[in-house]
Amino acid sequence: MSDELNTTSSHSGFNFAYLDEQTKRMIRKALLKAVAIPGHQVPFASKEMPLPYGWGTGGIQVTASIIGRDDTLKVIDQGSDDTVNAVNIRKFFQKTTGVQTTENTEEASLIQTRHRIPEFPLKEGQIMVYQVPVPEPLQRLEPRETETRKMHALADYGLMHVKLYEDITHFGKITSTYDYPVLVDHRYLSAPSPIPKFDNPKLHQSKALHLFGAGREKRIYAIPPYTDVDSLGFEDHPFELQRWDQACALCGSKDTFLDEVITNDEGGHLFVCSDTNHCQRSQKNGAVHDS
Amino acid sequence: MQAHGFSKPLLKVEKLTKFFGPNQALNEVSFELFPGEVLAIVGESGSGKSTLLNCINSNIDFDQGQVHFQSQALGSVNMGELSEVNQRLIKRTEWGFVHQNARDGLIMNVSAGANIGERLMSLGHRHYGKIRATAIESLAEVEIDANRIDDLPLNFSGGMQQRLQIARNLVTHPRLILMDEPTSGLDVSVQAKLLDLLKRLTQNRGLAVLIVTHDLAVARLLADQMMVMQNGKVIESGLTDQILDDPQHPYSQLLVSSILQN
Repeated sequence: MSDELNTTSSHSGFNFAYLDEQTKRMIRKALLKAVAIPGHQVPFASKEMPLPYGWGTGGIQVTASIIGRDDTLKVIDQGSDDTVNAVNIRKFFQKTTGVQTTENTEEASLIQTRHRIPEFPLKEGQIMVYQVPVPEPLQRLEPRETETRKMHALADYGLMHVKLYEDITHFGKITSTYDYPVLVDHRYLSAPSPIPKFDNPKLHQSKALHLFGAGREKRIYAIPPYTDVDSLGFEDHPFELQRWDQACALCGSKDTFLDEVITNDEGGHLFVCSDTNHCQRSQKNGAVHDS
Repeated sequence: MQAHGFSKPLLKVEKLTKFFGPNQALNEVSFELFPGEVLAIVGESGSGKSTLLNCINSNIDFDQGQVHFQSQALGSVNMGELSEVNQRLIKRTEWGFVHQNARDGLIMNVSAGANIGERLMSLGHRHYGKIRATAIESLAEVEIDANRIDDLPLNFSGGMQQRLQIARNLVTHPRLILMDEPTSGLDVSVQAKLLDLLKRLTQNRGLAVLIVTHDLAVARLLADQMMVMQNGKVIESGLTDQILDDPQHPYSQLLVSSILQN
């Protein structure tokens, strides 16, 4: 990130990256604390943004606070670079910062995401920014925040396993497929938020910095590079990855996260990569199709 | 009572005092409880019985006094000075608390097995099969059929809920159980069954029990020792039979004479 003060915007009427400098400073302070205590939720004074809560206000504020002129931004939604939300958030930052944008994972220095971690391995120096709807993994089990904070303070996480126990009891396996709870740095229970559990292992000892912003809930937390991230489980019912019988219908990848796409109203459907950038690249490289 | 050969009390309460605003709920309550001993606290409502229990269990803060516990893991501890982590640890392993209303002591929207397993899981047990096997044993001990293990406590009868609450407490083999009116709100035949169960458990496991009750019959059946409270004060204490057959304090006499004699 650039150290220079970004006081002017490419778009008149706004400060660089929309937020005023005081707000950015406040958010950066929260981010520093979050990085210092991996997985711990830090409260911050979330601002009103020009889009509704639930559309990524937390992620946008984090991105706006750390983006510099020499950054290259990638925005994905459900793994895709060209869904409505991704396109508009990318445009928003193009307008308010004028920074370079890209769809290539390895070219980006800053990646704002909802739902996915790119398939292409992240590298040192890259920053992932997540839009988080529910930062508190215990919220559905214990509605009192006074109590959940105490549970975090005392590392008292038995209740989370009660939920997993119930899953196994009623369904024979742990049924959470997204927002699957993780223990960060062997200490804080955290919600990786709406990413599929398929992406959980990518957080473990990741080379990139992961920042999580929840705008409505006013919380920021982080997973610094090279941090242990363990998905919860039982010894006899360990964490398991989703598997698909099919390969991607477009690029033929067998090791990526697939979305089911309905092709017509007669039951036709396809399984395709959710990471569009990765899929296009695999197609170009001729991964399988002609075989 | 030194007959059981233990020199040190398991629980020692010294001059416990609690004010609610200007009202003194507890007035220098002191007593000792030895391993394997059952102590009943009786008295009319408002006499401070439940407050005493809640203070001992650190559910509410008290103003003065001390609660000492002879812990297996931590040695002799002053509960008031213990860190919250250790307090929770002791309350989860060596103590149990049975609420009057089973709903206060259970998680109503998870299965019976998970209710029992919660204590184990919060202590770090991470083997589903073993947790389940332990839960089945615990259910058997309180006479709940093993095939109810996956049912919600919501669908249990009042007596079963109370027994499930006891099973949940027993799973870590505590040495001390605090009970707040465990039999009230149940019909007479269910009460009798629960009392039988409690009697058997305390005898077989050598549990020390502190039981708050307004029912002298419960005290007579379960308790070795008895304490009569009035207005936050202990007015009489001693062997249960002694107090029930030969009460000394006028209030104790009134209390004993108020139950139907046959």
